Amino acid sequence: MFEGYSLAELGSIFAMQGFAGLILFSVFVLMALGLAIIFGQMGVINMAHGEFMILGAYVTYLCSNFISTYAPALFPAYFFIAMALAFLASGALGMLVEWGMIRFLYRRPLDTLLATWGLSLILQQVFRSVFGAREVGVVLPDWLMGSVAVTDTIEVPINGLFVMGLTMAITIVIYAVMFRSRWGQGVRAVMQNRVMAGAVGINTEKVDRYTFGLGCGIAGVAGSAFTMVGSTGPTSGQLYIVDTFLVVVFGGAQSLVGTIASAFTISQAQSTMEFFLSGSTAKVLTLLTVVVILMLRPQGLFVLKVRR
Amino acid sequence: MTRTPQSRLVGRIDGDIVGILLLAALLVIVLPLGLDIFRLNMVGKYLTYAFVALGLVLCWGSAGILSLGQGIFFGIGGYCMAMFLKLEASSPEATKIQSTPGIPDFMDWNQLKELPWFWEPFHSLTFATIAVVAVPALLAFIVGLAMFKRRVGGVYFAIITQAFAAILTILIVGQQGYTGGINGITDLRTLKGWDIRTDEAKLVLYFVNAALLIGCILLCLYVRRSKLGRILVALRDKEDRVRFSGYDVANFKIFVFCFAAALSAVGGAMFTLQVGFMSPSFVGIVPSIEMVIYCAVGGRLSLLGAVYGTLLVNWAKTMLSESFPELWLFAMGALFIGVVMVFPNGLAGLYQQFIAPRLRRTAAGRVDEAADAGAPIIPPHTAAD
Repeated sequence: MFEGYSLAELGSIFAMQGFAGLILFSVFVLMALGLAIIFGQMGVINMAHGEFMILGAYVTYLCSNFISTYAPALFPAYFFIAMALAFLASGALGMLVEWGMIRFLYRRPLDTLLATWGLSLILQQVFRSVFGAREVGVVLPDWLMGSVAVTDTIEVPINGLFVMGLTMAITIVIYAVMFRSRWGQGVRAVMQNRVMAGAVGINTEKVDRYTFGLGCGIAGVAGSAFTMVGSTGPTSGQLYIVDTFLVVVFGGAQSLVGTIASAFTISQAQSTMEFFLSGSTAKVLTLLTVVVILMLRPQGLFVLKVRR
Repeated sequence: MTRTPQSRLVGRIDGDIVGILLLAALLVIVLPLGLDIFRLNMVGKYLTYAFVALGLVLCWGSAGILSLGQGIFFGIGGYCMAMFLKLEASSPEATKIQSTPGIPDFMDWNQLKELPWFWEPFHSLTFATIAVVAVPALLAFIVGLAMFKRRVGGVYFAIITQAFAAILTILIVGQQGYTGGINGITDLRTLKGWDIRTDEAKLVLYFVNAALLIGCILLCLYVRRSKLGRILVALRDKEDRVRFSGYDVANFKIFVFCFAAALSAVGGAMFTLQVGFMSPSFVGIVPSIEMVIYCAVGGRLSLLGAVYGTLLVNWAKTMLSESFPELWLFAMGALFIGVVMVFPNGLAGLYQQFIAPRLRRTAAGRVDEAADAGAPIIPPHTAAD
């Protein structure tokens, strides 16, 4: 596998692939964080999570078209507007779904899985009817184009750097919201002991709705970031959903740190192997390793110790 | 449950057997008389999915284990059969224009020079037939052993089986030279010299398929009626109590998972025979979860319901995608949501709620309210833990 490469070449290959892995890592983290909040906090399996992400991506696409047509002066900054809109759109849809569907199914996790799968099919068809079956891409503003040459053999694209920075910022914000704010305290209280949280005066239904909305909103932001590195089609979300669930389960469903660590491991393993083996073999090996580890350690890498 | 188990059993034997006879009459007499061979072959194709749905009724409905990877077993069964048929179709005479005669055409296209070792045994029909059932059952056994012994269940099990479906699809698509890639194994011709592409062959295969299906329903009925079936239901509803009563819960789960896998594989093999090809598009995540909906629409607790549900959903799929392709996904999505939220017991539940009491009233000439209470209804806490 390593024959024919000198040590220096191997070094830069690992660096470049490592960087490509970091972009994958960013998308995984953003998607998985939302999923981890929803799955960890409510035990709801949201199979439509990928479609919430794609909704965010389409909102970004619309926004970029709208701004480049009507307000070209704002174009360099359109991404930030788009991101906020994507968050709101996905979050609002998420809250609507929670209100109309999920709240009746809290005690039947397997049924939420099927119902949200149905929702994902409907959303896919809506996307296909509205935006067409072809993939769409956004035009990046000038300052996101090009790449930075670190050494002669290592170059890193700017949009990748930007997505990574964004992921870091969002992760910090989520950390602050979940672990430093009063609202996050309420969410965690409901997660650990629903009945008791209700008894001390937390409106658990409201917390559920906003938590679901937050998770979906983060998926929308993930979709926004996704447009920077790939093009968007009606079924793009479905490609990521299984990987993302594995990321969440692998990390330990209720631990956000675990989610980030497992997203890092999986994305790095996959992109490093991709260079040496074919893409499909790399993916099979990664998934298989994760599944085997999960069989040996079903609770995932990081376990939140809660007395039930 | 107002009646004693004994009397309920006696009461249900009649009903189930009558139902199976009606289904048999529909499959063997009504449909062959009413449909031309093209449509009949299509029904035969739908019926192969019913094997999967039957397995899910036992695995998901009775035992509460939702597997989102039944397509794996359907696919492996189908591939085992397809490998045998493909080898027969690629005799050295038939493939003499290839650079390496005697190997399947897609291997030749992928510059393979000789038959891979795992293809060799598939020259034998006996081996292929055994493999159809044994390979999926073995795989299910390994997966089940690893997971159920560690008490992994519920949504985790569902996600991991789904991941397996994804892995297998990527593997099949990626290893073109060994598996035929995304196109699958196509151009299957004869079974021991008997051409399976003719209309007569399709008719014969349809009847074989229908007979096998009825046989499998009877087998499932037997399993459900046995003590084993009762333990399965018990562990679905209160797993810990069963464990504390001294049963090894994992073994029962492994058994039912393997049984469902073997059933799916039989369906897959019949699919290959009737349709004439097998491809990864029947293995992956999407077909696997669609197979769950066939079972759910029919009623996850009812064996016969699963067969009717499969027929109905597939018929609707064909009709809608022939005339309104863009409506199909909406309908499918609505079906998923509706079956979960509005009628969790599916067609069988509706039948038991609305039609069965009337039938009984007409038959007995009296209102039998007590019997209605005996209808199995999914308790709300079924999947809660």
